[in-house]
Amino acid sequence: MATPTLEKSDKAPEAGFADTPYITATFRIRRFNPEVSDEVEWQDFEISIDPKERVLDALHKIKWEMDGTLTFRRSCAHGICGSDAMRINGKNRLACKTLIKDINPEKPITVEAIKGLTVLKDLVVDMDPFFQAYRDVMPFLVTKGNEPTRERLQSPEDRERFDDTTKCILCAACTSSCPVFWNDGQYFGPAAIVNAHRFIFDSRDEAGEQRLEILNDRDGVWRCRTTFNCTDACPRGIEVTKAIQEVKRALITRRF
Amino acid sequence: MQIHKYDTVIVGAGGAGMRAAIESTKRSRTAVLTKLYPTRSHTGAAQGGMAAALANVEEDNWEWHTFDTIKGGDYLVDQDAAEILAKEAIDAVLDLEKMGLPFGRTPEGKIDQRRFGGHSRNHGEAPVRRACYSGDRTGHMILQTLYQNCVKEGVEFFNEFYVLDQLVVEENGVKKSAGVVAYELATGEIHVFQAKSVIYASGGTGKFFKVTSNAHTLTGDGQAACYRRGLPLEDMEFFQFHPTGIWRMGILLTEGARGEGGILRNKDGERFMEKYAPVMKDLASRDVVSRSIYTEIREGRGCGPEGDHVYLDLTHLPPEQLDAKLPDITEFARTYLGIEPYTDPIPIQPTAHYAMGGIPTNVEGEVLADNTTVVPGLYAAGEVACVSVHGANRLGTNSLLDINVFGRRSGIAAAEYSAKNDFVELPENPAQLVEEQVERLRNSTGTERVAALRLELQECMDANVMVFRTEQTIKTAVDKIAELRARYLDVSIQDKGKRFNTDLLEAIELGNLLDLAEVMATSALARKESRGGHYREDYPNRDDVNFMRHTMAYREVADDGTESIRLDYKPVVTTRYQPMERKY
Repeated sequence: MATPTLEKSDKAPEAGFADTPYITATFRIRRFNPEVSDEVEWQDFEISIDPKERVLDALHKIKWEMDGTLTFRRSCAHGICGSDAMRINGKNRLACKTLIKDINPEKPITVEAIKGLTVLKDLVVDMDPFFQAYRDVMPFLVTKGNEPTRERLQSPEDRERFDDTTKCILCAACTSSCPVFWNDGQYFGPAAIVNAHRFIFDSRDEAGEQRLEILNDRDGVWRCRTTFNCTDACPRGIEVTKAIQEVKRALITRRF
Repeated sequence: MQIHKYDTVIVGAGGAGMRAAIESTKRSRTAVLTKLYPTRSHTGAAQGGMAAALANVEEDNWEWHTFDTIKGGDYLVDQDAAEILAKEAIDAVLDLEKMGLPFGRTPEGKIDQRRFGGHSRNHGEAPVRRACYSGDRTGHMILQTLYQNCVKEGVEFFNEFYVLDQLVVEENGVKKSAGVVAYELATGEIHVFQAKSVIYASGGTGKFFKVTSNAHTLTGDGQAACYRRGLPLEDMEFFQFHPTGIWRMGILLTEGARGEGGILRNKDGERFMEKYAPVMKDLASRDVVSRSIYTEIREGRGCGPEGDHVYLDLTHLPPEQLDAKLPDITEFARTYLGIEPYTDPIPIQPTAHYAMGGIPTNVEGEVLADNTTVVPGLYAAGEVACVSVHGANRLGTNSLLDINVFGRRSGIAAAEYSAKNDFVELPENPAQLVEEQVERLRNSTGTERVAALRLELQECMDANVMVFRTEQTIKTAVDKIAELRARYLDVSIQDKGKRFNTDLLEAIELGNLLDLAEVMATSALARKESRGGHYREDYPNRDDVNFMRHTMAYREVADDGTESIRLDYKPVVTTRYQPMERKY
């Protein structure tokens, strides 16, 4: 005999929730494919969908049922892998963490690639500069001397000190929401600073000075204008601006 | 077409692939080919912990861990491999800590440990705190830490390269690995990587189910590439259904929630696991808990208007504990269900989670061409592989352990093999199969659509080869898969371009899923017993006389081109534990 839950799903094959009425929503998507044309084009797709579904579900519906050329990255579909950061109604979000009901589906929903990184096709951007800035801040634990036989000890308080910045999934929502980064791609950007913070404030690490020197650079933390876009954009709820401020303060006091 | 030459090529950049890369990059010229940016890999979705008998918080030892792993796997585990897993667990955790992993800590500053399903003190007496964790994002921290260390070691990645073919060459009747063929997403270009050794670390196959915790990208590409080249797949009928997926969505809610004290309840509010597992209760092994949930549902004690789910109740736990230990999963409940876990129970149902089976390997990670013969230069580790440390049912926290222990082992072994051996000559036209496949799909004018076929496959798998199976349901699945495979030949895509053609890749991935679904159903049909994750209602008991053995499935192609699956069997390695009835 079949598994009972799933027999019932036949009654509402596409719905996440059987009791929710479908709505008609318009997705206005910024299309770009240099293989076909150098022009950018906004294209509307009208779909019938359960508003409790994700924007990612809507994009899939469009790709799978209407236009297979629509191109975007995605993987885990629940906000952990960081593949599907995009600009939805003018704000950076993860498509898989944004429910349609939460972004006013009565008006056309705009979807476009994140800003500040080169668009390669539709919603796909070149992530290499983003990851290069990450690599530049030495995002790994550096220690001196012999390793202990067992684990390094760390008090729960010391562990808690950098907990927030360990949550980063490198989705680039913060960096690509930053006006300074839009204007000057040389700026390390919030995500790289968050990942530097994660090690600078780790009591086990011994390369804080080096990282601070890197971030003291003209393209480093001092470029931050504290607009808080990054904090608003972070799908993991990291207090990004606060982390940047803590790095600035550490640079002034050299205490961390 | 471009040709590259590396000593060692690693396919996949999740936990196993990156753990292997850290070892092999130190020892050999290594390239990592990955269809996703490394930090997008699904290791990052693992939540609860990584098992190791550190005994930091209470008495524990690796022998107990070995026993629990074997019992958890319903005695289909190769016991020599389980012993290695449990012994090397301790160093695997300590290595990660030294690499920087921010584990949760005890008041003394040591790595903290929590309870998890099936892990017990002294051979089943009571639950033991063995899972090392970092909140409920242990997999995320492992993936990040390994990536950080890959950056530190200068590991060379080829991001968004899809490996679509394994080059196998026969020399004097011996199958050898010559390299792999990959498709570059950004350009549509085909690349041949000649390599002395290849390690598959490309993850699972869960996307042939509809309700699954798996990422969209988990389409069994590595298993399919090897299988199509005549290499066997082991124990593919054993798939784990995790008890607590978010109702209808399948998103994972960690077993750590029950480790922290969470309770499963039916519509009457009853803690039903007490009936099914009097000692371990909600922390019985996953196969047992998933069957118990569906038994409740089938007997009319499910929750909701359709009675199609049960509740994970965390409401008796202090909000501070939920915030500190389970922040991500409580947020999932808020985001996707609009439910506040402080005050309301979370609707859950079992979700397709983990392939116990895969590419057969020995304990060094060497891939087997049959029951005993190694394929020189070919390795596999992690979910893609079947060592077999998980047998018929994997214990929670043993997969994050598996990727580290066997990722490391295969990285070392492959690099050492590369150092001692020469390249195998590439076959003529090495990219031919992939070129034909890509061109056929690009030029097809057929009427079948990828998404529609995939949905039919997923609904068929959910309905027929999930938690409960019978001869009739499995045969239904076998027939349906055959029909879908035939229709797949008539599939066409809309995107005919070269640049970021994900339409094309989804079509190729569907082909992989169909091949693997067929192997799974065929293996399941032949196993007329119930063991671990494979439960046959028509054969409800374990049958050690006839089925205490691993399934080995081979693709056979007749002279007229007809394909079939040949099943063979491999003995289980038993060292110190004789099979017993499994009770929790």
